[in-house]
Amino acid sequence: MDLSLSEPELDLVAICRDFAQREIAVRAAAAWEEARCPTDLLRQMGELGLLGILVPEEWGGIGMSTVGFVAAMEEIGRADQSVAAAWQAHVTIGSLPLCLFGDDAQRERWLRPLAEGRALGAFGLTEPEAGSDARGIRTTAKRRDGGWLINGRKAFISNAGTDMSFGVTLLARVDPLEEEEPRFASFVVEKDTPGFTMGPKLRGIGWRGLDTRELYFDDVWVPHDHLVGDPGMGLSQFLRTLEVGRISIAALSLSLTQAVLDLAIDYARQRVQFGKPISKFQAVQFKLADIATELEAARWLTYRAAYLRDAGRPFRKEAAMAKLKASRVATWAASEAVQIHGGVGYMLETPVARFYCDSKVLEIGEGTNEIQHLVIARTLGC
Amino acid sequence: MAMNVVVCVKQIPDPAAPSSLDPGTKTLNRSGKLILDDSDSYGVEMALQLAGNVEGSEVTLVSMAPGGEVSGLRTALAMGAARAILVSDDSLAGSDALSTAKVLAAAIRRAEPDLVIAATESTDGYTGTLPVQVAELLGLPSVTFAKSVATDGRNLKVERQTEAGYDEVECPLPAVVTVTAGVVEPRYPSFKGIMAAKSKPVETLTVSDLGLDASQVGWAGARQEITDVSEAEARSAGEVVVDEGDGAERIVAFLEQVKVV
Ligand SMILES: Cc1cc2nc3c(=O)[nH]c(=O)nc-3n(C[C@@H](O)[C@H](O)[C@H](O)COP(=O)(O)OP(=O)(O)OC[C@H]3O[C@@H](n4cnc5c(N)ncnc54)[C@H](O)[C@@H]3O)c2cc1C
Ligand SMILES: Cc1cc2nc3c(=O)[nH]c(=O)nc-3n(C[C@H](O)[C@H](O)[C@H](O)COP(=O)(O)OP(=O)(O)OC[C@H]3O[C@@H](n4cnc5c(N)ncnc54)[C@H](O)[C@@H]3O)c2cc1C
Repeated sequence: MDLSLSEPELDLVAICRDFAQREIAVRAAAAWEEARCPTDLLRQMGELGLLGILVPEEWGGIGMSTVGFVAAMEEIGRADQSVAAAWQAHVTIGSLPLCLFGDDAQRERWLRPLAEGRALGAFGLTEPEAGSDARGIRTTAKRRDGGWLINGRKAFISNAGTDMSFGVTLLARVDPLEEEEPRFASFVVEKDTPGFTMGPKLRGIGWRGLDTRELYFDDVWVPHDHLVGDPGMGLSQFLRTLEVGRISIAALSLSLTQAVLDLAIDYARQRVQFGKPISKFQAVQFKLADIATELEAARWLTYRAAYLRDAGRPFRKEAAMAKLKASRVATWAASEAVQIHGGVGYMLETPVARFYCDSKVLEIGEGTNEIQHLVIARTLGC
Repeated sequence: MAMNVVVCVKQIPDPAAPSSLDPGTKTLNRSGKLILDDSDSYGVEMALQLAGNVEGSEVTLVSMAPGGEVSGLRTALAMGAARAILVSDDSLAGSDALSTAKVLAAAIRRAEPDLVIAATESTDGYTGTLPVQVAELLGLPSVTFAKSVATDGRNLKVERQTEAGYDEVECPLPAVVTVTAGVVEPRYPSFKGIMAAKSKPVETLTVSDLGLDASQVGWAGARQEITDVSEAEARSAGEVVVDEGDGAERIVAFLEQVKVV
């Protein structure tokens, strides 16, 4: 089995490593304090082609493979998880609905600026009363005056409120609430559309640079050409994009695990107690060996899911498994890495503490790990 | 007016990688992969910006390096240069700055430039002599230490860094200008740029292609000889000063002692 990267994939990884180490990593500590989405970095990443990584060249992207995206994420995420989180949300759920289901006019109008890195993409599915239960959303879109009138509320929406945001692609019910078999559709709502407002940036335990907010839609009217894809197919469209999002969160998890492993190894070799480096104590060595082993296991699940997508084969189960495994490994590894650092690892002045805070959300976003279990169990025939 | 801008680009051993001297020739071992000298990324960026201002302008890279090395050139092509000329020839081994200048001048002449840009000094050799030698050989005016460069296609306007501030210098084109780090912020090559660079033309020339005589270059033509190499003095450990309320005064005293203040 040949798991080596192609030449373009290696070129991409080299770009990402260089940029991540020279521009992102050095800013991570300050960005955490600022707790603001570093859109200047995202714009620079756009100039490198990274914001259109999964979009075909025809629409302004670089048409990279999913495997290449995972490898690139390993570099970006190692430098800073907030930047990586904003980037991946833009690349997957923020851009893919338009890329996969939009018509050419919509791609030209909204996808190209996203892919060329001139704007940041967002997707709104979650609502205060509907997270895991996506079918329970209450935001409605009703036909009105040759367009659609949207009413409702979205919760925890990333990338919609920055100075680089174009607006949001959202999911709404197109049939009345009381309908037994509701149909869903996606709509683009650009920022500054009358009736579209948002709450303040929320403060997470981690991902402090990610801009996540509530969005409010009060009689927001959009023309018919803002409907993306097949009316009625909105939910399945979105669930398909989420499958890629899961590979992406798995990749983000790999990057975090690699980062905390590197930090823990460095620290264990330097820190002397009882007259020797703590890396000489078997209890510490075994932790490090376990993290390294679990990381490798998670890595190959993730690359395999990515490979299946690139090969045009089904990858739903593998993406769910990769996300489940990699995010578990990441949260556990971050905790162990803090443990190896002792007290200093608990202090937000150290990178390992920030990675620890960043890790928890990996088990929640893009489908909680319980939902990943459900997806996997369903493919097993349960 | 459309301009043809040539940038001298030195490809050097990666400064981050361990380096060694050849015990026989006492020169830097250049057999590994060479990369674009960071100092030259400023010249490349400056050239791209000047060329970018005028439709039809183009940036050509000129480099002399052993072993047909193109890695550093590819980086500069990925930034946006249109083409490159590489001079590589076994007979160039041992070239000193003047021989290198002869080779580069001959290569640059072929590109018929309106403007030649080089760095003030390279990272590995840093004699800072090569660009002015090239200018002399080409019979062109040269302006050094530019911290800003502007041109209307006929004249060059340079802010030349001095110890006290800067001089404003003007000269007619064609000319040679050397730029300092910080003249502009070099861009990162984009993914598309890197892909495009793979198919951009790199013309590889030998000494005879340039109409030069092998006896003028390399060890044969060198007027500079390395007679001896000795170890740099090891850095001493430094002194730790414990602040007992007089920390600030002791820092000032130290700075006065080394004549910084
Ligand atoms: C004894 C000796 C042996 C050497 N052997 C070889 C050899 O075998 N093969 C080889 O290729 N080089 C060799 N060199 C390197 C030599 O060719 C240098 O390029 C030359 O001496 C310039 O010196 P510098 O780096 O101090 O230039 P500086 O004057 O400090 O350079 C200023 C600027 O000029 C430009 N420039 C300098 N050198 C080049 C170059 N080579 N190509 C394009 N632009 C350039 C760059 O913009 C640079 O920043 C040797 C040097 C010495 C002294
Ligand atoms: C930082 C951040 C950024 C986000 N960005 C976006 C975004 O850009 N766009 C977007 O649409 N959403 C976004 N989300 C929302 C995220 O996708 C949801 O939080 C997630 O899907 C869980 O939904 P919920 O919060 O409503 O939890 P709930 O669905 O209420 O779940 C609560 C708990 O119940 C469990 N649970 C629920 N149902 C079952 C079941 N059937 N079986 C077993 N256990 C179950 C869950 O696993 C969880 O542990 C973001 C969230 C965060 C934290």
